[in-house]
Amino acid sequence: MKVKEVCQKINLGLLAGGEGLEREITGLYICDLLSWVMSHAVKGNAWITVQTHSNIIAVATLLDMSCIIIPEDMEVEEETLKKANEEKMPLLRSSQNSYDLVKEFLNHGIGK
Amino acid sequence: MSAIKYTFQIEKDDFSRAGEASSSIKKILMQVGSEPSLTRRVAIATYEAEMNIVIHSDGGTISVMIDPKCVMVLAKDNGPGIENIELAMKEGYSTATDRIREMGFGAGMGLSNMKKCSDEFSIESKIGEGTTIMMNMCVKEGE
Repeated sequence: MKVKEVCQKINLGLLAGGEGLEREITGLYICDLLSWVMSHAVKGNAWITVQTHSNIIAVATLLDMSCIIIPEDMEVEEETLKKANEEKMPLLRSSQNSYDLVKEFLNHGIGK
Repeated sequence: MSAIKYTFQIEKDDFSRAGEASSSIKKILMQVGSEPSLTRRVAIATYEAEMNIVIHSDGGTISVMIDPKCVMVLAKDNGPGIENIELAMKEGYSTATDRIREMGFGAGMGLSNMKKCSDEFSIESKIGEGTTIMMNMCVKEGE
């Protein structure tokens, strides 16, 4: 399913990187240790993380992830939004926590 | 196609630009049509090398030499050097500060990730002089 469709289905707010909304989500990955993410996440993953600094855009771009989702309405740094736009990497935000987000994804059959 | 070489300057503590060198290297590999799993390994290895230089060193460079089947990466910094390489290579060991760890770095996986991604890996370090890491990655049979 495309990032664009998922945004509508589970009510994710688009913060930046709107030019990448056609990317295909193939699964979910949740982790905040960047080196761990680098070695385990794969292409197409939607990545849920509480890290909000601009380096997350580099990680997501290097791995060809489909989007980044910031949970629980966390504030995101301006630099991160700028980088997301430059790299066309959708940066999304939800009021829900990571666990509830996963439940929503499963309810909609995304990443199954 | 003969080998092409690029060199990137990496600044100490420059977190706002950290990741730009590895991102540029990945884009170059995609442009030359490099095999996807080789591209992934180079992306991971150069990202880790870049972050290590930003976090732990006094600055340095990352050079890549790209030919159709192999990518050679040379990461060189200006110090301060690693006291105990064996310990530094151990997964989970890190000298990163609490501030760095809160940002999600300092997992102690950088060097081991680099080694895992490489077909050949070597590291040399001298206190007061710096650290040099050489990695060679080639397309695997059947890819």
